[in-house]
Amino acid sequence: MHFTSFLENGKLTIALTGEIDHHCAKAYIQIISAKIEAYMPEVCVLDFQDVTFVDSSGIAVVINALRNMAQIEGKLLLSGISPQPMRVFRASGIDKLVEIREAVS
Amino acid sequence: MKFDNYMILEFPSRSANEAFARSAVACFAAQMDPTLEELGDIRTAVSEAVTNCIVHAYPNEIGNITLRCRILKDNVLDIVIKDKGIGIADVEQARRPSFTTGGAERSGMGFTIMESFMTSFEVTSSTGKGTTVHMRRKLQRRK
Repeated sequence: MHFTSFLENGKLTIALTGEIDHHCAKAYIQIISAKIEAYMPEVCVLDFQDVTFVDSSGIAVVINALRNMAQIEGKLLLSGISPQPMRVFRASGIDKLVEIREAVS
Repeated sequence: MKFDNYMILEFPSRSANEAFARSAVACFAAQMDPTLEELGDIRTAVSEAVTNCIVHAYPNEIGNITLRCRILKDNVLDIVIKDKGIGIADVEQARRPSFTTGGAERSGMGFTIMESFMTSFEVTSSTGKGTTVHMRRKLQRRK
């Protein structure tokens, strides 16, 4: 698994792809935390534009990223969330813990 | 006739089958002309139920998971997901949001999501014998 990421003025954007379920959640968590550790950004943006499915494992991915960013006193943002992941994030209440920008349809 | 159509699947509790199971149910439900939102909700609920079997029902072995879908009258999709795993000692506790015996890659939100995405949701479990999740989703008829 490989995700494109870029760092600009202390803001790290990680472009996630595919379907986030239990089968691959561990890999997403490891990749995201390794990138945060390597770049120590002030802001980390998880871009969900190319994510086609999320279940409750996706909530764990976001919570882990939130923890990683809290450790370095940084901020986490989610962007490009399409309707299916948004429903999962709303049902779990995670939309109250992290700033979410929905996909422009 | 009580139902129009049905399908039964049996597969081992390998995590690669999470995507297979939710896609198979979505393909089956396609004949009911669901909206994208309904299809997304069904895929998510099936993914949660199958993941529970893989993570919790068979923690140390590969076991069988049976999935049955039926189309009932009034455009209702009926889904039963059954395992013969270790069972849940306290179903009420398991259904509580954020209760999980899983690891860091679990969130404890599986049951909450199934409950909020489906029209009805029921869990029956017997320790040492297995767990059955029975859920239904009524689909809106499009005009």
